[in-house]
Amino acid sequence: MHWKTDKVTGWGRALAATGNIARPETEAEIISAPSAPAAGNRRSYGDAPLNGGGQSLDMTRMDNILSFDRETGLAHVGAGMTIAAMARVFVPQGWIPAVMPGTGFATVGGAIGMDVHGKNHHGAGSFGQHVSAIHLATGGAVRRITPEDALLWRATIGGLGQTGVIISAELQLARCKGSVMVVTERRVENWAEHLAMLDASPATYCVGWIDATATGPNLGRGILEEAEVGRGLIPKAKATKAVPFDAPHLALSAPIVKVFNAAYYHRIPAHGRTVVRSMDSFFFPLDAIHDWNRLYGKRGFHQFQCVVPTDRADGLRQMLATISSSGLASPLAVLKRMGAGRAGFLSFPMEGYTLAVDFPNRDGAADLIRQLIGQTQDLGGRIYLAKDSLAAGPQIKSMYPEWPDWLAQVTAADPDHHLETDMTRRLDLRHNRNSQT
Amino acid sequence: MTETWIILGATSGMARPFIRSLAEAGHGIILCGRKTDEMSAQATDLEARGASGVAVMRLDMRDPASFDPIIERAKSTVGTLCCAVFVGSMPDQGAIDADASLVDGVIADSLTGPTRFLTLLAPVLAARGNGTIVGIGSVAGDRGRLGNYVYGAAKAGFAAYLSGLRNKLGRSGVHVMTVKPGPVDTPMTWGLGKMPFMISPDQVSADINAGLRKKRNVVYTAKIWRPIMFVIRSIPEPIFKKMSI
Repeated sequence: MHWKTDKVTGWGRALAATGNIARPETEAEIISAPSAPAAGNRRSYGDAPLNGGGQSLDMTRMDNILSFDRETGLAHVGAGMTIAAMARVFVPQGWIPAVMPGTGFATVGGAIGMDVHGKNHHGAGSFGQHVSAIHLATGGAVRRITPEDALLWRATIGGLGQTGVIISAELQLARCKGSVMVVTERRVENWAEHLAMLDASPATYCVGWIDATATGPNLGRGILEEAEVGRGLIPKAKATKAVPFDAPHLALSAPIVKVFNAAYYHRIPAHGRTVVRSMDSFFFPLDAIHDWNRLYGKRGFHQFQCVVPTDRADGLRQMLATISSSGLASPLAVLKRMGAGRAGFLSFPMEGYTLAVDFPNRDGAADLIRQLIGQTQDLGGRIYLAKDSLAAGPQIKSMYPEWPDWLAQVTAADPDHHLETDMTRRLDLRHNRNSQT
Repeated sequence: MTETWIILGATSGMARPFIRSLAEAGHGIILCGRKTDEMSAQATDLEARGASGVAVMRLDMRDPASFDPIIERAKSTVGTLCCAVFVGSMPDQGAIDADASLVDGVIADSLTGPTRFLTLLAPVLAARGNGTIVGIGSVAGDRGRLGNYVYGAAKAGFAAYLSGLRNKLGRSGVHVMTVKPGPVDTPMTWGLGKMPFMISPDQVSADINAGLRKKRNVVYTAKIWRPIMFVIRSIPEPIFKKMSI
């Protein structure tokens, strides 16, 4: 196995790290290599997949299907297999990943390490809740762990890869009766209506798109998408487009964004519509444009995603008002109703509402996000570590009350701190000490 | 209609996505190569992806005795038979300069082995009057260059063979497609530094499949290599011999 020195970034491209990276093709290569943190397609936005000055493993070629039972829908797949590949392979056979995050480029290993969620979280729970076993390289051997390994299990799922390198996982897929999505899109006029419609939706998949530039009485304006898997035929998708270069900063300037958002809103008829869409275009709307993160230019962007408890929704509205009036947010924000389902000590979900907003990395954005993180903490909410690049350690530790349980497990699994990443160092997650805020 | 594909060099990093695309299209696959353990794991993967039957057969390009069972197996298949040749080896040119005996292996893996195999297989396809042969050449075969000219010589020979085979089999309804990749992001190239127009094996697979749909004769992947190699071939020898590209 060869190593190469490379500079890589998280998906937001605001943070970068130079380190030695190897890309193993076999389990044996991983076991014989020095212990190092693993990364997949680096779809986490911040520094979770980075290890500046150290070594890391690129797991993307560990993507074999190791077994698949068509009767039960139990699939054992390599950690490097992407969610989109799973959908492509298994949906025609009647099975769908029970949880799919917003990008199909995420790998199974990453989906476990972040315990990701999808548009069906309110019903299906998190990704980790559908994992039945994990093959974990830890201490020079591969160990198969299951939910019966209660503490280690909960430290591994959503555990930022700190208990070992996830080699493969056994996943319980969900039955699906078709290969297309029947999607109902409705205009939503404001915040109150948005929450009411999210609460009332009986749909399996449900998400709200918010115009993050709308203010005043229009605050929270957007589009509600509700969807079910259906049977049908649709034209074959066009070839994906790629962003060949970093866009100039101007591309996401305020006037352009405002025009875009108005057009996006008005594309839906006033009385709504039901359309049939491909699974890819519904689940992974941005994947059709490869490297869309380059639209944010060289300086990259930050994504802020928080969840707040249901009864603190009003505080979330105030946060959105702050965001909208700042003029710093990018076109589309996402609002979702979240259920309580979570599988690990550091899993993000909690019963409530989650809001995700992109901020081009320009002056004032980082300060605003830090302020929003503080407000989230005050509301008893949480920041999503898959998105974070700006939080402070004590904030995260207070948002995740089970952090000490996680720490005990990872300390035992990786006593010499070989698996630390830029994120665990920035947030000082691997130490229990009183750091200054 | 489903086909049966014989893959020579099945564990090649460049071949993997293409073989998977065959499986996802529901074709039957016969994996041939030296690493039988790795191919067994691969067979499980391909069956889960929808392949209609996957077989694993030992093949060593330097041992022609290993060819016969595969040819016999090919004869026993029903329906359209196809073959993709991914075998080849590329030791460092400096290593070859230091040990001339390495030349034989390169030529066996990239030229004489596949040529001998296809010479045995061609009549089977011709008799059926259909099928496709995909041969992986290299941009290195388009002109002998400082960095890898023994490998280039083998690939040039293979490309000439494929051209002739296309000429012959075209008459009996069998299509022969030559694929010429530039640098591909495989374990072989990982860590060798930045290479021009390097593409992923996924892209190679997409280009091969597009070429098959359009019944192309020669496919460059990435496509940019066609004009680049046109220019490189056009440089007069007196100038070219002083260049190091």
